[in-house]
Amino acid sequence: MIRQPDPKPDVMVRRDSIVAGLRKLLPETGLIAEPLRLKPYETDGLSAYRQVPLAVALPETTEQVAAVLRFCHQNGVRVVPRGAGTSLSGGALPMADAVVVGMMRMNQILDIDYPDRCAVVQAGVTNIGITNAVSADGFFYAPDPSSQLACMIGGNVNMNSGGAHCLKYGVTANNLLGLKIVTIDGEIIDIGGAYLDAAGYDWLGLLTGSEGMLAIVTEVTVRILRGPEGARAMLAAFKSNEIAGACVDSIISSGIIPVALEFMDRPAIHACEAFAHAGYPLDAEAMLIIEVEGSVEEQDRLLEQLSAICRNFDPISLKISQSAEESLAIWKGRKGAFGAVGRISPDYLCMDGTIPTSQLPHVLRRIQEMSDSYGLKVANIFHAGDGNLHPLIMFDANNPSSFHAAEEFGADILKLCVEVGGCLTGEHGVGVEKRDLMPVQFRPHELTQQRDIKSAFDPDWLLNPSKVFPLLDSETAVLPRAA
Amino acid sequence: MQTNFTAEQLRDPDTASSNAVLRTCVHCGFCTATCPTFLLLGDELDSPRGRIYLIKDMLETGRPATEEVVRHVDRCLSCLSCMTTCPSGVNYMHLVDHARTYIEQTYRRPLPERLLRSLLGVLLPRPGLFRMALTGAGLARPLGRLIPGTSMLAQRMRAMFALAPAEVPAPSPVERPRVYPAEGVRKARVALMTGCAQQVLMPRINEATIRLLTRLGVEVVVSQGAGCCGALNHHIGQHDRAMNLVRANIEAWSKEADLDAIVINASGCGTTVKDYGFMFRSEPDAWRTKAEKISAMTVDITEFLARFGYAPTRDKPGLTVAYHSACSLQHGQRVTAEPKTLLTRAGFRVVEPKESHICCGSAGTYNLLQPEIAGRLRERKLGSLNATKPDLIAAGNIGCITQLSGDAVPVVHTVELLDWMAGGPKPPGVPG
Repeated sequence: MIRQPDPKPDVMVRRDSIVAGLRKLLPETGLIAEPLRLKPYETDGLSAYRQVPLAVALPETTEQVAAVLRFCHQNGVRVVPRGAGTSLSGGALPMADAVVVGMMRMNQILDIDYPDRCAVVQAGVTNIGITNAVSADGFFYAPDPSSQLACMIGGNVNMNSGGAHCLKYGVTANNLLGLKIVTIDGEIIDIGGAYLDAAGYDWLGLLTGSEGMLAIVTEVTVRILRGPEGARAMLAAFKSNEIAGACVDSIISSGIIPVALEFMDRPAIHACEAFAHAGYPLDAEAMLIIEVEGSVEEQDRLLEQLSAICRNFDPISLKISQSAEESLAIWKGRKGAFGAVGRISPDYLCMDGTIPTSQLPHVLRRIQEMSDSYGLKVANIFHAGDGNLHPLIMFDANNPSSFHAAEEFGADILKLCVEVGGCLTGEHGVGVEKRDLMPVQFRPHELTQQRDIKSAFDPDWLLNPSKVFPLLDSETAVLPRAA
Repeated sequence: MQTNFTAEQLRDPDTASSNAVLRTCVHCGFCTATCPTFLLLGDELDSPRGRIYLIKDMLETGRPATEEVVRHVDRCLSCLSCMTTCPSGVNYMHLVDHARTYIEQTYRRPLPERLLRSLLGVLLPRPGLFRMALTGAGLARPLGRLIPGTSMLAQRMRAMFALAPAEVPAPSPVERPRVYPAEGVRKARVALMTGCAQQVLMPRINEATIRLLTRLGVEVVVSQGAGCCGALNHHIGQHDRAMNLVRANIEAWSKEADLDAIVINASGCGTTVKDYGFMFRSEPDAWRTKAEKISAMTVDITEFLARFGYAPTRDKPGLTVAYHSACSLQHGQRVTAEPKTLLTRAGFRVVEPKESHICCGSAGTYNLLQPEIAGRLRERKLGSLNATKPDLIAAGNIGCITQLSGDAVPVVHTVELLDWMAGGPKPPGVPG
């Protein structure tokens, strides 16, 4: 059951005039208000929660975004920003009285600056779109969320997205140089630029991961890096989740930083192999994808050291990728992992917590115990090197009790993450999914301080107001349950 | 994804099939990224995920299709790019085919559109009629450009005249039912589907295929009674008409003895023939089994050659070929490596354009029904193809060949190049 603030009655009664007003600010096909056409916008990557919005705006320029926000601000209308709608925490879940501002049409690469190694792109450019634009010249954009094919850079900034290769290169926040944002009153502000440190307070740091609650990002200046000489992945298969978890901790403790260190358990291995045909070890209980990069000599040496560490954990097999095609298939399986679980279960909840790597064996064992006691299967696929867990809890949305149990199971996993010294979220954001667990992590006055920051940017709480913070009692209403 | 169908609704086999498809979708949104119309239009409603949602709602409520749903489903190219992107294995093709049939049954299109669709549905599968119509359109071609207006009807009329060739090739004798014996020892026996629109627009494709196969020692049968595969009707929702064509083909090929394969050189048709088994899933057992057998025997010409063996006899021509991967071949049939491997073996330097997974806009009758989007996709595709600086472009589907022709670089069928390098004539327009 997910609660939403009450729709504002004065907004609901003015629906037609609000739609008419917005229509004037946008190109001909830029406003959607017919109930039937609004329906596909009712949800994002967390399809268990749904709410049809008041309208959807599809602006094509920063100025149009500003005009829409100014109008909504003047009319007291709530706004929910949306990129590709791939959020797994419900970050783009609409509200009945809100205008969804979809950034999909702002999909242009504005500038590529090789001498200074940065690119300026609009918020609706996909994550992989940045790399595709510069790869022919030997460059890439480092953060690589699994949804990088579809997810958009504006959403990456708002969720501070990570990815498999962030172990070496850092997450979105470490690869950002500048932003163009629009505040709720329609003001356009530029922050940072084509240089490494922004002047004054770290506004970039504050806005990154702010989940669309402080401003709408319309342009992003990112760092682009020269690609490595080469990279190779190794598959290490183990007899249990705990053993693989212990191996991860041992690798990290050794001081070697592979470019990626990914974990998959048995259900995940089987689902992904069916999709990617990557030669994953089907006899293993758990598998690590370990990737190194650099010159061939560097790769050889690192792979040798890593193999030696793995051998201490009684591996079933160690296999080094022999070709670019094989590496591609290995990553195709990993990046498509969440979707691939759709092959073994009609629905899943994807959790996202972070723990100290030394706690991996303990936490993986506890998750298995909870899975048994809830009677729900779980697939573990995650960025092990960062301690960023993604247990996928499988359920059947056509069975309401199954969904309810999955929600409780998920909450228990995240509480466990906090209990062992970790945190509620790694890279998917809090969204609505983890909103009500925030008091597990923060004390009341800490939450109040964070709410005050939101109020400083958006005093009327119009921008994506139902996310991140538990609702205050006065504003609650019950959203029809998904399942 | 959750669905809301009653037990009553699920008793309908089409609804049950669509329910199974919908349940596989986890709404992850990956498909949006490789959808040509989402790239151009930037609206979730013009993406696979948006269409899946619209179709789901339409089927669940059991409402007649509305203008909004029809608009967005019509804009779908059925290029199936979403299917090779989808990690969950959602069979979008079966879902959208069901939706198209449902739309035809419950929605009344404006009169000009109904006429156009009926006309296409009648003309294209019948080579004789189509040839006559094309000859007429070719003669009237200069007048086409004079059609005024920006309405959909005017755009479509202009597109039809623009696509009509100035000269329609004379009918080729090879399409008449008969057996073409293998040269030397017979090593295999195949049925060749000679198609419908292709034999009118470019009879030389079938000629090259028969020449090449018989030279390699393959006996080729053009079966009595086989004709259009049914795809054109199927994709505009004309279910019954499509099923009649399918039935005729199944009957014709089932009568042939000792067939090693059914070879298809128009990949749009290949995708559909490979789906006959599914299309006949609710038919009586005897038919269903036959249909499944036909589907299992069907291969693209490049799949056949890759398995059977192919070697050139001429010296390397020193030409660069940009290989355009037809959607029906790469997404529909998942045949990706074979054409490139064969062209390389034949002696060509093979290059691939950027965005090779994106449709050229041909998509069956799409370039006639949605000329604006089709035109933008054509420009985008020609841009990326020309950027590879090729001497010629090769593709495995007549639709793409027609759509991409008329620009600076000649466009030929893959099999024409393979035939040339193995002793056949040089395809027209090819330099060197």
